[in-house]
Amino acid sequence: MAANVVVIGAGPAGVRAAQALVEAGVRPVVIDEGRRDGGQIYRRQPDGFTRSYETLYGTEAGRAKALHRDFDALRTRIDYLPETLVWNIEPNAVHVASGTRHRKIAFDALIICSGATDRLMPVPGWHHAGAYSLGGAQVALKSQGCAIGARTVMMGAGPLLYLVAAQYVKAGATVSAVLDTSTLADRVRALPQLLAMPSTLKKGVALMNVLRRAGVPVHRGVTPVAIEGTAQEGVTSVRVKDANGATLHVPCDAVALGYHLRSETQLADLAGCEFRFDRALRQWLPATDQDGRSSVRGIYLAGDGVRVRGADAAERAGRLAALAALKDAGIAHVGAAADITRLRAQLHRFTRFAAGLRTAFPWPARFAAALPDETVVCRCEAITAGELRRVVNEMGAKEANRAKAFSRVGMGRCQGRFCAHAGAEVIAAEARIPLEAVGRLRGQAPVKPLPMALASQQSEKETTA
Amino acid sequence: MNERADVIVIGGGIVGTTTAFFLSRRKRSVILLERGLTGQQASGVNFGGVRRQGRALSQLAMSNRALETWRRSRELLGEDVEFLPSGHTRVCYHAHDADYFHRYAADARAYGLDLEVIEGAAMFRRFPFLGRDVLAASSSALDGHANPRLAAPAFGRAAGRLGASIVENAEVLRVEKEAGGFRVECAGGRIYRSGQVLICAGAWANALSTQLGEPVPLVARGPQMAVTEPVPYVFKWSMGVYTSVKEESVYFRQIPRGNIVLGGGAPRPADAATRRASVLPANTVAQMAQFRRMVPALGALHVIRVWSGVESYLPDSEPVIGPSSKVDGLFYAFGFSGSGFQIGPGVGETLAELLDTGSTPIDLAPFSIARFQRTAPGRTESATSEISS
Repeated sequence: MAANVVVIGAGPAGVRAAQALVEAGVRPVVIDEGRRDGGQIYRRQPDGFTRSYETLYGTEAGRAKALHRDFDALRTRIDYLPETLVWNIEPNAVHVASGTRHRKIAFDALIICSGATDRLMPVPGWHHAGAYSLGGAQVALKSQGCAIGARTVMMGAGPLLYLVAAQYVKAGATVSAVLDTSTLADRVRALPQLLAMPSTLKKGVALMNVLRRAGVPVHRGVTPVAIEGTAQEGVTSVRVKDANGATLHVPCDAVALGYHLRSETQLADLAGCEFRFDRALRQWLPATDQDGRSSVRGIYLAGDGVRVRGADAAERAGRLAALAALKDAGIAHVGAAADITRLRAQLHRFTRFAAGLRTAFPWPARFAAALPDETVVCRCEAITAGELRRVVNEMGAKEANRAKAFSRVGMGRCQGRFCAHAGAEVIAAEARIPLEAVGRLRGQAPVKPLPMALASQQSEKETTA
Repeated sequence: MNERADVIVIGGGIVGTTTAFFLSRRKRSVILLERGLTGQQASGVNFGGVRRQGRALSQLAMSNRALETWRRSRELLGEDVEFLPSGHTRVCYHAHDADYFHRYAADARAYGLDLEVIEGAAMFRRFPFLGRDVLAASSSALDGHANPRLAAPAFGRAAGRLGASIVENAEVLRVEKEAGGFRVECAGGRIYRSGQVLICAGAWANALSTQLGEPVPLVARGPQMAVTEPVPYVFKWSMGVYTSVKEESVYFRQIPRGNIVLGGGAPRPADAATRRASVLPANTVAQMAQFRRMVPALGALHVIRVWSGVESYLPDSEPVIGPSSKVDGLFYAFGFSGSGFQIGPGVGETLAELLDTGSTPIDLAPFSIARFQRTAPGRTESATSEISS
């Protein structure tokens, strides 16, 4: 079993990938940014916190417990590198940083399970202190037992909107309103596809009931107008138009935003994987075969990091990608053939359900064209929609990287992870071209900010000043 | 579309766009053919140093001309390319390099470049942030830096406003001499004609010069660039290490919005065929150690992005600038070997003068393409094949 296999991510996909590799006698290196395993969804609380699985994960407690238990059982048979960032990829090697230590780790096969973050659409005032993403609001609760504010508003569209709101309510936080940009009609249209996973659909309905019992106002079909606030106080209120066009003003001290999720694809990009434009999702995603093989030999992609289908699907996709890697390396895995057939069939249902979610909670592309010029699009570099439109009109920058070069949108510390989708929509609307023609920002290392105190573990020689 | 002009400029980098700009000011008709977008390759991805200091003495006349254009850039272009004449300082770690600083300063004075060399306590008083390995500093107060992402496209647009035809996404396949001038064929079959041609196509120039019987040993390499998160604006001087040890040779500049642009160390091969180059991860880590040595406080910052691009290098690190030695009406400007950004507008102005009037007071003999025909007769490999070997 000479194969060097590196798994990036210790969430549902990464853990299941590592498990399948270990079953075949391979000892993988598992690299994860988190302090503990579980990924975002099954994030384990820090030492010293004592909330129960039921409190932390609700209806998903059983799945979380199983994933944690199975990962714990793998610990002696893998090389686990927590709190470690893969910041660049070369052919057959990843470069990692752990604190200020740098290492290069060679691989024959690499399974990237990089997960997802919130997909965000700017709204005037979203740069004020107290504006978070829904995922960020959830992390604060899961990890530290904190709410993002005393009176919070959840705004956007997608399963996370209701999940986070319900989790806040259960934890005793005040949710002043849930402002949903999707409509009941969207959901009705999505129903046939959502019925692919009736139990998941039922869980969604249960979340709505939690909110109703708690008396949380839920408004559907809203159009965000502004997050109001000041530099000193931060967020003070949220203003939207309701479905009838009437202005709704909700005082609050924090707001969480999000329009479902976007795949974290930078590592696949740095690995040189081919991307394709997904018209329905209005985004570029790495191309894979049904088992997770990318366009680059030896690079496999699994979980929400390649296609958002949720945690249950990620567990299966992680296992499937590992089985594909084993098969390609000529390493036997007992029962793999039957396993692969079963996993493919199951993933088919998740894919159908994901398409339903997309219909039920549409990405509000039309908001981009309507953003007032003074709205900040790129929060890292504080670049407004007006400035982005100026480089489109006056400097002819109709391609994403050209517009970035001229305007700095996507040039800051997040490298476009949070603004690139909206930025591309602004460009497409202004230039009156299809979104696909805008292209996508080329990935550049490091994936996340890298300390300049970084020193290679292999050779420590350095002149001290 | 006007498919005939006095001059066809092949390549829309800083040299091509400024040549088109200055030719247009001389009322000469120009078609600029750019394979991708203007300023997208070496001219757009470089460090952004507007530095005369350190250049071969033979470059200083054009470099001084260029500085005048940088100083007047806002007025000439009607927009800001973020030129900041905040000074440029070289530092060194080795005694023989400090000696060279004094020699270079004495030599450069005759060419209009005023440098101040300081050492020891005086140096640390002026630059208290320097690491204790630093022996000497040589400062040019009038040099500075500018934004490479903006400059060449801005000159291109300005040339366009003066009447030049700036044609992007036009890949030149063939340049041929015909009766009365040149025939230039682009991908897709478009044909352009002119009396004179300037090839300033960076790493892709050799493919064209070879067609015209003048192959050069041009090699593509990628600069290794990085940038930090924004921090308070304190480093007014653009600074670099002068050394013969390639790994030590790092440089940085801070922009008023706070980010610090970093570069240097060992370059890496680039692939002219794919038009892409990347930063070697090991180089990023090695650079960081050198920056901590040069300015220890930089160790507290973070690199948020790295990038590279395709630059063209010649064996003697000097560019080819001037007329062809074989074909009348043909001119070249390429192979700037990592130092083309500052001097670009000076080269453009000089070439515009030469193409328009037939002469220039600037001595271009040191930059003649003929020097490679003497040293490498019959050499025909393309840049691409040299890179991959």
